Order: sequence, then C-alpha cells, then structure tokens
Amino acid sequence: MTAEIGHFALILALLVAIVQSSLPMIGAAQGRPAWIALSRPSAILLFALIVLAFAALTHSFVTSDFSLAVVYRNSHSAKPLLYKITGVWGNHEGSMLLWVLILTGFGAAVAGFGRNLPPSLQARVLSVQAMITLGFLAFLLFTSNPFERMFPAPLDGRDLNPLLQDPGLAFHPPMLYTGYVGFSIAFSFAVAALIEGKVDAAWARWVRPWTLAAWIALTAGIALGSWWAYYELGWGGWWFWDPVENVSFMPWLMGTALLHSAIVVEKRDSLKVWTILLAILTFSLSLIGTFIVRSGLLTSVHAFATDPERGLFILLLLSIAIGGSLLLFALRAPALTSGGLFSPISREGALVLNNLLLTVATFVVFVGTLGPLLLEAAGTKLSVGAPYYNAVFIPVMVPLVAFMAIGPMMPWKRAELGAVLSRLKFAGLMSLIAILTTAYLQDGGPVLAVAAIGFAVWLFVGALVEWTDRIRLFRVPLAESLNRAIRLPRSAHGMTLAHAGLAVAIAGMTASAAWKTEDIRVSRPGETIEVAGYSYLFEGLRPVQGPNYSAEEGSFLVTRDGRFVAKLTPQKRLYDVQKMPTTEAAIHTTGLEDLYVVVGDPDGKGGWTTRIFHEPLVPWIWAGCLIMVIGGLFSLSDRRLRIGAPVRSKKWQTKPETGQVGAQA
Amino acid sequence: MLRKSIFFLPILTFFVVGGYFYWGLDPNRNPASIPSVMIDKDVPVFDLPRLEGSGVVGFGSDDLRQGTVTLVNAFSSWCLPCLAEHPVLTELAKRNGIRLYGINYKDKPEDAAAWLREHGNPYARIGADTSGRVAIDWGVYGVPETYVVDGNGRIRYRHIGPLDLAAMNEIILPLISELKP
Amino acid sequence: MKQPGLNRTGRHSIGKFAAGMSTALALFLFSAVPSIILFSAVPSLAVNPDEVLPDPVLESRARAISSEVRCLVCQNESIDSSNAELAKDLRLIVRERLVAGDSDQQVFDYLVARYGDFVLLRPPVRPETYVLWFGPAVVFVLGVIAVGFYFTRQKRRFAADTPLPLSVGERQRLEQLLADAPQDEMTQRPSSSSDQATGRTGTGKPKS
Repeated sequence: MTAEIGHFALILALLVAIVQSSLPMIGAAQGRPAWIALSRPSAILLFALIVLAFAALTHSFVTSDFSLAVVYRNSHSAKPLLYKITGVWGNHEGSMLLWVLILTGFGAAVAGFGRNLPPSLQARVLSVQAMITLGFLAFLLFTSNPFERMFPAPLDGRDLNPLLQDPGLAFHPPMLYTGYVGFSIAFSFAVAALIEGKVDAAWARWVRPWTLAAWIALTAGIALGSWWAYYELGWGGWWFWDPVENVSFMPWLMGTALLHSAIVVEKRDSLKVWTILLAILTFSLSLIGTFIVRSGLLTSVHAFATDPERGLFILLLLSIAIGGSLLLFALRAPALTSGGLFSPISREGALVLNNLLLTVATFVVFVGTLGPLLLEAAGTKLSVGAPYYNAVFIPVMVPLVAFMAIGPMMPWKRAELGAVLSRLKFAGLMSLIAILTTAYLQDGGPVLAVAAIGFAVWLFVGALVEWTDRIRLFRVPLAESLNRAIRLPRSAHGMTLAHAGLAVAIAGMTASAAWKTEDIRVSRPGETIEVAGYSYLFEGLRPVQGPNYSAEEGSFLVTRDGRFVAKLTPQKRLYDVQKMPTTEAAIHTTGLEDLYVVVGDPDGKGGWTTRIFHEPLVPWIWAGCLIMVIGGLFSLSDRRLRIGAPVRSKKWQTKPETGQVGAQA
Repeated sequence: MLRKSIFFLPILTFFVVGGYFYWGLDPNRNPASIPSVMIDKDVPVFDLPRLEGSGVVGFGSDDLRQGTVTLVNAFSSWCLPCLAEHPVLTELAKRNGIRLYGINYKDKPEDAAAWLREHGNPYARIGADTSGRVAIDWGVYGVPETYVVDGNGRIRYRHIGPLDLAAMNEIILPLISELKP
Repeated sequence: MKQPGLNRTGRHSIGKFAAGMSTALALFLFSAVPSIILFSAVPSLAVNPDEVLPDPVLESRARAISSEVRCLVCQNESIDSSNAELAKDLRLIVRERLVAGDSDQQVFDYLVARYGDFVLLRPPVRPETYVLWFGPAVVFVLGVIAVGFYFTRQKRRFAADTPLPLSVGERQRLEQLLADAPQDEMTQRPSSSSDQATGRTGTGKPKS
C-alpha cells in the first residue's frame, strides 16, 4: 500500500511539474499575475509530493518489503537499520528519486526564501527548475520506477553490496547530490535571466547564496567520498581519477569559478556573459555526469548497473536541457550590456585569471575522462589514467594557488602589483622557511613535493596576512582589531577560511603522496615491525562475528619509543548473503599522520601478509576540506545575503562604474 | 558578426560531444573490450607441453605453420563462459578442414582433464599453459578467447568471450574458407 | 619525459597583465615536467610479499612501472593496486624483465607489443592524443587572447569616458606638487599641475 501511495505521489508530481513549467513562464511573458503567483505554491506542493514518495520508498526499505523489486535487489532483513535506510539511495532507482527530492527541495527553498525576488523572475526560475524536474520524473516513471512490484514476493533480499554498508558511504550520496543538483538553481537563474534579457548586480546577489550552498555541499560530498575510499579500499589511496570521481570534480571546478565570477558581476557589473555561461555549464556538467555514470558509456569502479536504454533517455534529457539553454545563450547573450571598466591588474583581473585557470583545469579533466571515448570512436583504444592527470592537472593548479594569495589583496578596479607583493613579503618568507625545513626533514621523496609544500604555506600565510591586514592586527590596539574582526562581513572570514583550508588540504595531499612509507611482508604472531619510527607488535588473528558478516580480526599493538600509541584491529570480513569478502583497514590518526594497517591472506605456514602504511599529513586533507566547508558556511550566513538581497527600487539606478546597488530593502 | 557567432561555440561543442555520447551508447559496444594488436602478425614463438590425461599432444608455434588454417581457443575448466561455448566448439571441430587447438590457461591438469572427460574433447591438440605466460604472449587477457591463425602462422582474427552461433556463422566460418589455399 | 610543449605565440602585451600571464605560464611549464615524478609514489594493496624483489632499486622501478600499467580485467585500476590474477601475472612479468636487465621503456614496449597502447595508463604522445597533452596549454593561450581582446575592447569603449583613478604613486606626487606650489600662485599652478597629473583619459598607459 505504501508503495502505491509513493507511486501515485510521483505521478501527481509529474502533473504538477507540467503545470509549473508552463503557466508561470507564460504568465511572466504575458504579465498575468495569477499565473505568476502559481509558481510558489506549486513548487512547494511538488516538493511535498516527492517527500511523500521518498518516505514511501524508505518505509518499504525499513520494513523490508521485498515485493518491491528494488528492495529485493538491494536489501536484506538482517541488514542493520542504518543501512536499510541508506540503502534507499544505494541503487539506481532510489538515488534518482533522491536526485528529484533535492531538485524539488531547492525549488521549494527558492519559493519559500526568495520573497525579495521580483515575482516575474522568481516565476521564471521556478518554471525552469520545474522543467528539469519534469524531465527526471519522466525518467523515473518510465524507465526506473522505484515502486515496481515483484510477484511473487521473495522471502528475503539479495543484500546491499557490502562495500556500501558503511557510514561514510551512507552520507556521501545525499551530500554529493545536494551539491550536484544544487547548481540547478544557478542554471535556472541563468536561463531566467536570459529570457528576461537582463543580468545585473542584483541578479548576482540573488544567485550567490544558492550557488554557495551547492558548492559547500559538493565540497563536503567529494571529501566524504574520498575519505571513504581511503579507509575502505585498503591501500591508503584517496583519489583515483576514476571517471565517476572526475564527473563530480568538474562541476566543483566550474562551480568555484562561478562563485568567483559572480562576485565580479555583483561588485563591478561586469563579466555577465561569462558568468551566465558558467552557470549553465556547471549544471550541464552535473547532468553529463549523471549520464556517464548511469549509461554504461565508460568503465568505472563506481558505475551503477547500466542500461543503454536508460542512457538514451538521459541523453535526450541532456540534449533538451543543455542544448536548449546553450541555444538561448547564443541568441540572447550578445544583447547583455557590459558594465564596469577595470584594469587588467586588479582584483577583477585576478578573478579573470582564476576563472581562466579553473576552466583549463576543467578542460583537462574533461578530455581525460572523455578522451578514450572520442578516440575509440575514431578507431584507437587508449587509456587515460592517473599518470596523465598528475602530469597535466597539477601544473594548472600551481599558478592558481600562487595567485590565490595575491588576488584578495588587490583592490578593485586597479591595483599596484608591486605594492601588493610587498605586503606579502612575510608570506614569501614563511614559504621559504617551510621549503627549507621540509627539505631538511624529508627523506627520499620527490623534490617537487617540497616546492608544493612551499606553495601551500604561501597560500596559507597569504590568506592570513590579508585577514590580519584588514583588522590591522598589531598595528592598532588588540581590542580595536577584535572589534574590526567582529564587524567584518562574514564573507570576508569565509574567504580567508576557504583559501586557508585549501592550502591545508594541498599540504596534506602533497605529503601523503610524496612521503608515504609502506611495509609489506609476511608476519607471524609475536613479531614486531618497525615503520617510520613506530613499532607494530603483531599479536595474531581471531574470529569475530558481526550482524551480517563473520570476520577474522587481527591485533596490532603500536608503540613509539616504548610508549603506547594504539591498538589496531584490522579485519577480513565475509558477508553472509553475498559471500563477498572485504578488508577493513585499521587506522590511527595522530592529527599529523595516519597509521594504517591491513591484514591479508595467510601463507599457510602460520604467518599472514601484513601491510602497514605510514601516511604523513593525510588527515590534513579532510581537515582542509572541512575548513573550506566552514568558510563557505560563514559566507553563506553573511547578513548581506539575507537582508541585503536588494529590491529593485525605482529611485536608484545601478551605477555601472562603481557597481553600487541602490536602496537596501 | 564574428562576435555574434562566437556565442554559438558552446552549443556547437555540446552537439559534437553529444554525438559521441550517442555513438557510445550502442548496445553492441563493449567499453572494456580491447582490439588485438597481434592481428596480421606471426604467432609468438612458443612450445606447450601436452595436457596430461587429455589424450592429445601439445603444440607449438611451428605446428601452426603447416599450411592449414587453425582455430586456437584459450579455455579453462574454472571458466563458466568456456562451458557455454563448448557446444559451439564441438560443432565447429566436426566440420571438415577445421583444425581446433586449445590452450589450457592457468589450470590444474587434473581439473582440465576431468572437465574434458565430462563434456567432451573437441580439440585436436591441447597445450597446457599452467603459468599463463604463453597466453600473455598471445595477448590473452581473459578466457575464453578464440584466434583464427592462417596456414603461415599469422593471426588473422580474435574473438573475445564465448563463441556463439552467430559469430561462428557470420565471421569465423567465412574467414576460414577465405583463408584456405 | 613527456611535457606539454608550448609555442610562445605572440600575446597581447597589455602591460602587466602579460607579466602576470607569463608568470602563470612559467609556473605551468616549470611544474609540468617534474610533476610526473611528484605524484608517482603510489602504495599498493595488491603486491604480495613473495613478489617483492630483493633489490630495492629494481623493486621501486617495478612499482613505478606497475602504477602506469592498466589492469585489463579491472575498471580503471593499475596492476599495482589490483588483486586480479592477470594483474599479478603482469606484475611478475614486469619484475622478471627488470631483473633480466630491461630498461623501463623496454618493459613498457614488451607489454604494449602484446596488449597495445591501451595497457598504458599514460597515453602516448601521438597526433591522436595531442588534444590531451597540448590541448590545455592551447586552451589557456586562447583564453589569454580572448581576455586580451576583452580588455582592448573595454579600453576602446571607455576611451573618452571615465578617467582612471590615480594610483598611489600618482596621488603622492599630486600632493607633493600641491604642497610645493608657492602660495601666490596657488590659484594658477595647482590647476595646471593637476591637469598634468590627472589629465589622462583611459587610453594612456598608466605609470607604475
């Protein structure tokens, strides 16, 4: 019964989406207030219906209703409750429903919180959002119905892939989708603006919070996925340039560029055409990503069970959404008026450079991911793997990181590069000290890793210098500095945190890639292994029992200079239903490094293969991402974004040169 | 004019990329299959011992240069698709003028022999490649794979995966009759 | 060593923007080649103790080579990190060839002779892969050119309109001139000197 309610909710939602895509849009074009006013309640109704459908599906999973095909294929009665719930999105159909849930959720949020948007713009935005929702609802109902029943209903399910039965992976999809799908709002705003024929500082101010929210979620989602891979896959790697990873990374790169160019639109009324294009492209990359993952186009460790028929449907959706918006862009964008003048050496100029480098970076990932497909069509079969990306992607990031410290220090319109650089002398000095210290301390790693650490320190100190300059730290009494810090707009803190966070993450990535130590050997119980200054006493293996698996658990006593550090218990599990073996690594983090132990196969003579990894600074990767997320949240909570979202007053005009917007609401 | 047409660049790019996506969705396409680089090249130099208990002798690269077209099939007893294609191979071997040799890939001799006893032995000769090295020299990356070798010891065609009747009738048989002197 | 080669095509020299771009480009180039070395230290779940070569130099070569060889029966993994049987066989082959004295390139050639270029995770630099290797640099240069056009158009459009604000140095000079001006000529001198100091429109090249 619940499943039928859910199914019916989906069908109703489809109908509401049809109404919402058409009437408000026509109403805005023809000036019909009643039709325009329809957009808000229908967006909220749409969301409510999808919530109902999602709740129905969750209920089916939680109660283990195996008459539902998707529950049968992906769940089991003995599965822990948490994974029964998270298993809702651990499959193609359920995750598509999650997609639509977030899509409509964002739409409802714009309807609810966008009270200060001009009604016609809001109507258009919500219409476009509804069109996208319509496409995906059709996809769900016609090719991937989660409420499809099986008859007769089996007694128990096939269980969820054990790799997915994990807390990290449980939360990775919702977070990732919030990011991915959240960029749809920027897309809708861009399309609405093109239809209206007008982009100005006000538009940029309205778009920013939604783009920022999506960016924050995507950063968190990617970081979660990477962290999960690190502790689950058992060899300490955290990024593999797998197509599905790349496909989530590209919207992140473009989304970062979008965030920054939207600032220029807002402050300088400039770069409008480019920002509109970015907004369209970012979500287009999300759509292309969904297509690639679910269509069987490329081989990938992540790919869902694929089906070319579904692929064709998504490709059709893509063509309409992306093709339509880009056509609109080609036709309407030339008419957008240009705004403020600025010198190439200025904050705007630095943001242009930022956008250029991020675009090149996206291009690298794009050709790397799709290159094999294009080449295959041309007759050659080639692989593009990590060595390519390391060789080409990193060089693009280097100048970006270097200029990230300089850009925020530059004034708008025109800057003196010499003056800015001299303010960063301290950062340069710290960078040099870091390079020398690292070179002295490290042993055996590649030379360029030292330089990379130098860049990370440059960025970190540079971000801090900009912040301390703003609050005149040490140049005025401390109390006044504190006062200034409190009165600084939150987005200033957000920027500092985000840039500093990236520096921390880069340091972590460099160190763990360059100075990792590993020890692989056959160990007998009672033996001690020395790795990077830590002693690991292997105590042996014993059998343990889990809720839906049985395991052999190894035990390692870790000491350093005789002092106890940790007891690590890696496991080798065998899940009962799918009979799938997995290895669970045991990790101990000291904040500055990770001790990572995995136990392998027995050698039949009383010994086991043990793999012990020492990963310096690897926790800094996740810490850096967390700092970036916090920075984003700071920016998101900026008062100006909430109350300053301006109403287009008739009294004041936007002044192109200064980018000031008139009367605040 | 140039300025206006630049705005069409994104959508044009999208359609080009989209076209490749459409091509990539072809259900007959297998993204994981690799074309052989040994086509039209001589077979690698090798000499495989006989498979104990199979009742036939082993073979080497010289045996493939005797002027007759040979089908060389890599198989294993632990490989399920190999069992699926077994009837097709048996059918092929019955035809006149078709010489079917087998490379037993990474198998225990007793297991392979038992498998052949149970399902029948269509192979005129079988080489036991217990280490799998010879197969690697052939460019084998999974079982089953079937190669068409001409009378001069040149590899002319590779089929990945189990042979089905369609492949047999549409590709293998026509090729063999074409290659016969 | 492969590097994304670069033609130093002429670029719009828009004052210091070009300098900034050149720096970016230089950093790009500088890190391009050695980055290959930077991130090639990859750990392995898959290598077994019995595969490890006694000679550490050979072993690290083997690991580096393995991380660039694709596991053909896996999804986008290298043989260094895959547990598949074929991956293990190929790892052993790599080590055998190294012990036999092959150079790194010879080991790659050995594998490519059997499996084709698909087995390499680093695509070889060939006309088909120029887009992969040189594309990013080309896109960057095109972007710089496009940005250059944007700036020159901007300048032309605002040529007669808005004067650029004074730079720090210029403002200081203005203050100095105003301070230096003798009292009785205050009415005349300041206007003419201020004209000299500020009498620029957007077309002039700003002094540093």
